[in-house]
Amino acid sequence: MTAVSPSVAGLRAEFGDAVGRHVVSCGDTIVYLANARAHDVLAWLRDSPDQRFDYLTDVTAVDYRDPERALEVVYQLRSLPRRADLRVKIALDKRAPLEVRSVRDLWRGADWLEREVYDMFGVTFAGHPDLRRILMWETYSEGYPLRKDFPLRGHFSRAEQTRQALAANPEAHYSMEELSIAEAYDELPPDMRDRLARGERGFLR
Amino acid sequence: MSLRTVNMALATPGLDAQGRPARVPLAAGPQGAEYDEDFGAERMLVNIGPQHPATHGVLRLVLELEGETVKRCIPHLGYLHSGFEKLGEYRHYNQIIPLTDRTDYLSPMANNVGLALAAEKLMGIDVPERCRVLRVIACEMSRIISHLVWLGTTGIDLGAYTPFLWSFQQRERIYNLQEMWTGARLTTSLTRVGGMMADVPEGFEAGLRDFVRTFPKTLDEIDTIFTRNAIWIGRTQGVGILTADEAINYSLSGPMLRASGVDYDVRKDRPYLDYETYDFDVPIGEYGDIYDRYRVRLEEMAQSNRILEQALDRLSGLQGAPINVDDPRVILPPKSRAMSDMEAMIYHFKQVMEGVKPPAGEAYMGIENPKGELGYYFVSDGTAKPVRWRIRPPSFINLSSLPKMCEGALLSDVIAINASVDIVMGEVDR
Repeated sequence: MTAVSPSVAGLRAEFGDAVGRHVVSCGDTIVYLANARAHDVLAWLRDSPDQRFDYLTDVTAVDYRDPERALEVVYQLRSLPRRADLRVKIALDKRAPLEVRSVRDLWRGADWLEREVYDMFGVTFAGHPDLRRILMWETYSEGYPLRKDFPLRGHFSRAEQTRQALAANPEAHYSMEELSIAEAYDELPPDMRDRLARGERGFLR
Repeated sequence: MSLRTVNMALATPGLDAQGRPARVPLAAGPQGAEYDEDFGAERMLVNIGPQHPATHGVLRLVLELEGETVKRCIPHLGYLHSGFEKLGEYRHYNQIIPLTDRTDYLSPMANNVGLALAAEKLMGIDVPERCRVLRVIACEMSRIISHLVWLGTTGIDLGAYTPFLWSFQQRERIYNLQEMWTGARLTTSLTRVGGMMADVPEGFEAGLRDFVRTFPKTLDEIDTIFTRNAIWIGRTQGVGILTADEAINYSLSGPMLRASGVDYDVRKDRPYLDYETYDFDVPIGEYGDIYDRYRVRLEEMAQSNRILEQALDRLSGLQGAPINVDDPRVILPPKSRAMSDMEAMIYHFKQVMEGVKPPAGEAYMGIENPKGELGYYFVSDGTAKPVRWRIRPPSFINLSSLPKMCEGALLSDVIAINASVDIVMGEVDR
């Protein structure tokens, strides 16, 4: 059960220092990658004929209870032809900006998964063409819910949350992008157009 | 309606050499090409949902239309976001099980099984054989009811009401068995870490045997009314196509992946619960369209029925065998012992107050749920509550291919394509 995935040796031979430590937990191999070269390594893992990790099972992140400990972005890779799995992690120091390169160009399945990690943890995926919040609404301003410094009930009081919900602008159902597609933007009433142009989509202040 | 639909409705499908219905050729040329230039230049935004019966929950789609052709589809999610993953970080492992009932609420028992398996992988627990057989029964019952809901609602979306009644009639029989076993129709909370909440009651096995015996008749009836139906074929064949490479690239799983011709089933390729010892087939599609998804799901129900039959035979050979691991640190002692025996009471107290403590580490466990691969990823720091509980939601990931499938389709096809993904918003939004 504690066998290390043979991919680790291949990674070390190919990338040397860009591959950090590896751990085996519950029979699964976990490899840490240096953030700077992570995209190259992941591309190699996908394309190398010995590896062929063609399927991205999941992208997520882990924020540990220890505030000093790095936040980890986790990629669950799978090779369908080889029936093999590998878990790849990038550790991000929380004092620096949380940014990794998007792997949406390698696996399209990463599109929404990366948006969710951005939404829930505030990790920015450089190169993602449409990095918007996905589960929370676009003007959600309380922070990133799955961070450990985010309280279970949210940052705002219940009264403030209720006030914001009641003040939500029901006209702003469509995003700016969507309105510009339909050429409907020019036909909006002037006051609404002003609000939208100022980015006030969620609620009137 | 465009010319294409007329062509399809007039075509009477024959059978090919293998006895399968022959594919109806589509009208030549790109879809929507017959539109007038002036009309085609105008783009329109159409909003569907979040409260719309054809979006199967609170999904909102913004469609950019040119005439009747979809140029772009922008889904908006999150109307049912409940923060389950955050809630899980504040609960003991057994207390998370009720949360899993509420994610994919069309197959709660399978979710319960997945969570128990993930927690057991983290803790290194092997459950007894009777427990494994019971869990297989729970998973396959869930697969049947989930696919029956899919079949019925998709039929309604495409204008067929009768199969909905047939499938919900059969689903009701499984729900009655589920209620008999767990006391609940929806919030089953069937498993516990290291075992089951309860063994099957008296009369359950006979009831399930009766279901297994008679259910294929309904499948045959559905097959008769749909598989060679010109309207059904016209609405589903060649619509919402994803090739095998696209399906893999979009990380699809379950019937969506297999309908595109990728032979991957977690039960076969990463077996759990002794699935490798059951005799069943995995149906694979060829064209990756809605029709193939229908064929795959229909056949999966027949295969689930086969598995249920085998599991029932094994169950009768395991009468009276234990359903829980023999470990007082994980499994609560019987109430009568907890009230009379000091040691049992201490174990009861420690489990209820402190919870079960896994070693520090992490585990990912994926199971083949009706919707696709449901994965639970636990990170533990050695305390009784997980640092991170991640749900790999099959519906969410499958739904992310919707914009791709809708581009270039007709507005009426969007309803069919969306139905074919088989989403449940409780799981998409979590």
